[in-house]
Amino acid sequence: MVTLEDLNTPIKNTWCPGCGNFGILTAVKRALIRLSLERNQVVLVSGIGCHGKIVNHININGFHGIHGRVLPLANGIKLVNPNLTVVGFAGDADQYDEGWGYFTHAIRRNVDMTLIVHDNMVLGLTTGQTTATSRKGFKTKSTPFGAISPALNPVAHAIVSNGTFVARGYVGEITHLTRLMVEAIKHKGFSFIDVFQPCVSFNKINTYEWFNQRVYKLEEEEYDYTNRQKALEKSMEWGDRIPIGIIYKEDRLSYRDNLSHIMDVSLTQLPTEDIDISSILKSMM
Amino acid sequence: MNINKISLMIGGEAGAGISRSGFLFAKACLRGGLQVFGTNDYQSLIRGGHNFYIVRVDSEEIFSQSESIDLLLALNKETILIHKDELVPKGGIIYDGEDFTVSDEELGREDINLYSVPLRQIVNKLKDKLIVRNTVGLGAIMSLMAFNLDHLIGVIKDTFNSKVADLNVKALKMGWNFAQKHFAEDHKYQLSEQKIVKKHRVFLNGNEAIGLGALRAGCKFYVAYPMTPATGLLHFMASLEREYGMIVVHAESEISAINMVAGASFAGVRAMTATSGGGFCLMSEGLGMLGMTETPAVIMLAQRPGPSTGLPTYSGQGDLRFVIHASHGEFPRVVIAPGDVEECFYKTLEAFNLAEKYQIPVIILTDKYLVESYEGLKVFDVDRIGIDRGRYLRGKDYESEEEYQRHKFTRDGISPRAIPGMKGVIVRTNSNEHDENGYTTDNPELTIKMVNKRFRKRETLVKDLENYETVRLYGSMRADITLFGWGTTKRPIREAMKRLSGEDLKINFLQIVYLDPFPTDKVRKMLQLAQKSIVVEENKTSQLSSLIREHTLMTIDHEILKYNGRPFNPLELSNRIKEVL
Repeated sequence: MVTLEDLNTPIKNTWCPGCGNFGILTAVKRALIRLSLERNQVVLVSGIGCHGKIVNHININGFHGIHGRVLPLANGIKLVNPNLTVVGFAGDADQYDEGWGYFTHAIRRNVDMTLIVHDNMVLGLTTGQTTATSRKGFKTKSTPFGAISPALNPVAHAIVSNGTFVARGYVGEITHLTRLMVEAIKHKGFSFIDVFQPCVSFNKINTYEWFNQRVYKLEEEEYDYTNRQKALEKSMEWGDRIPIGIIYKEDRLSYRDNLSHIMDVSLTQLPTEDIDISSILKSMM
Repeated sequence: MNINKISLMIGGEAGAGISRSGFLFAKACLRGGLQVFGTNDYQSLIRGGHNFYIVRVDSEEIFSQSESIDLLLALNKETILIHKDELVPKGGIIYDGEDFTVSDEELGREDINLYSVPLRQIVNKLKDKLIVRNTVGLGAIMSLMAFNLDHLIGVIKDTFNSKVADLNVKALKMGWNFAQKHFAEDHKYQLSEQKIVKKHRVFLNGNEAIGLGALRAGCKFYVAYPMTPATGLLHFMASLEREYGMIVVHAESEISAINMVAGASFAGVRAMTATSGGGFCLMSEGLGMLGMTETPAVIMLAQRPGPSTGLPTYSGQGDLRFVIHASHGEFPRVVIAPGDVEECFYKTLEAFNLAEKYQIPVIILTDKYLVESYEGLKVFDVDRIGIDRGRYLRGKDYESEEEYQRHKFTRDGISPRAIPGMKGVIVRTNSNEHDENGYTTDNPELTIKMVNKRFRKRETLVKDLENYETVRLYGSMRADITLFGWGTTKRPIREAMKRLSGEDLKINFLQIVYLDPFPTDKVRKMLQLAQKSIVVEENKTSQLSSLIREHTLMTIDHEILKYNGRPFNPLELSNRIKEVL
């Protein structure tokens, strides 16, 4: 059984003091322990940005990929070996700007994996520019007169794209976030959590205080996350009150569950020698 | 009389089943023991426009289409007007005189035999939409050529379901009967069965040969986004997904495709993608990631003329420099250019072996003319190239006392490759520069060590490639003219050499199969022996010439270049070789 100590790595952490990423790191580690997963059975995939360094800080199989492409990379791993638990990490610019196309397609493909987006509504590692989830009017070095375009709504988008597990978390609520991660990883299909994660260096608007004043837990209200219409409505709630928790969930066959010819077999177990191609050659005669 | 030397063209609008008819005819000839070559020419549209398919049949070995047509099956008038001058003297045109008329004036020549067959009337008589006029035309062709109809009937029965097959056979026979009745005395072009080479011959194109190579190599994951002319490979692999226990994904883009390949390969299987130049542009970023993370992958690039959309359904060789240098930064890769359908099969097997042995991306560089043209050839020797998965710790638990390191420094640069899921190992890799454990680093000394490690693999690879057929020589070592080429020009070059063999001129040809790492010594040796060197290439800037110069510090005497999207034809090429003299 994996312990917190097993998951530590010798790599010095360079996130800013107070960075929201620490909350995600803690929650992920706790979730993996709670799920009693063995280290060799888990693969973490990350993109580029401050979040991407998370692979250096959890001693587990990992692939630190490139900007925006976490999902196809992680899909490829999981499709080959269904016995692995695959968790992808992406930043908001990483996933919602550079990787927006893969986001939609990975959701509808429904490969059994989890995506955790570190959403701080700003580009951190490039020292503060606007992203797809920055609010309209957000002033940064790349938008000194304020962001002109309105923000994307990834949660609503995930529901519309036929998502089967759509959630939102907040690093200020680590116990809640851990629980969400556990549920997401357990979900059979593509699970997605957009995680509010304040950037203490470059986002002076969406701060811990700003989120603390607004977020509320759906679990504490009467809310049915299996109703798609209601979920869509809930996903659009933004302003004085912002919901966190599971927004929408449904059961649908994962991509691989549709492949009856391989079932739960890891493709790595199949022979690569002596593959018989004679019947195809015969058809070409 | 012209026996067993026939070039047939079927032409008409897109959507008329022209390629299919050409394919059926060629396969029937193959079953009759003849040598066949089939190639298509089509525009980027679905209906209308002008398409044609050429089948060349011979009793002797052939390498490409010829420059002229003996018989033309014209499904519309436009086909005749476009191709009339390609017909040989006394060539024949099969057409439907009830559909349109052709005057001698329109033909501009009087030496053509016109065979009017009521294709449409026969189709209408059968009252079924599943019948096409070409099938009737094929019947007439078989009659004119006095070729045993049973082969074609057999091919039709093997290709279609019984209902469709029966109807087509009926149409075929009606065409045959009509021609028998009206043109019985007219047999200028004949085909006769050849018993000797009949057995164990297959008819397939480059895409299919690469697909077969991938299957045989144990490829378990194929992902692509459709792009002409590589789409055929996606179709081929998708149709076999279930039978071969693979996963074949039609991804949302080439970027997605190459990243999925990286994931699949990291997880432990042989994985492949294919595209054309435009898609490869999108893959360039992922290619670099494969290089940095030392993840094996096979990528097939079927070239078409660029830049940009270019001529999307035609052929070219403009991407050689691009694939050798694609992606930023420096990392080892392999670029292999098969020159015919047979090489497509064997080189794909080599590609998978090299990718895993050296944990690098391997690019199979082809083009439209190669992957979409069909050749009749001997069944592959499936055991010629074995499976070599390199230093892959598959199927074992990791038992060493030492901690596993994915990017461990070794003398030859190749680190043992474990996969996630194996007990006792943590497999970590990183698109950032990294240490042996795969942790991100920006340490200057470590960076040098890692770069050197990756390039030590290349040194090992270069030595290993000495055992590979990285170049192929056709003709003797010494000649008056030495041709240099790569990829698909091989076919018209060999055909042109056949034509020039009657002249008082000794020609040899060095086909460069491995373009990166470049087989410098072998090429230099040939250049030193060459009296006159000529590069034959389908691009504007003669990229091979510059590559040869770069590696050998020697200059090519002449360049024969073509860049209109159409492959060289043998006569054109032999004339241009003669012009150089």
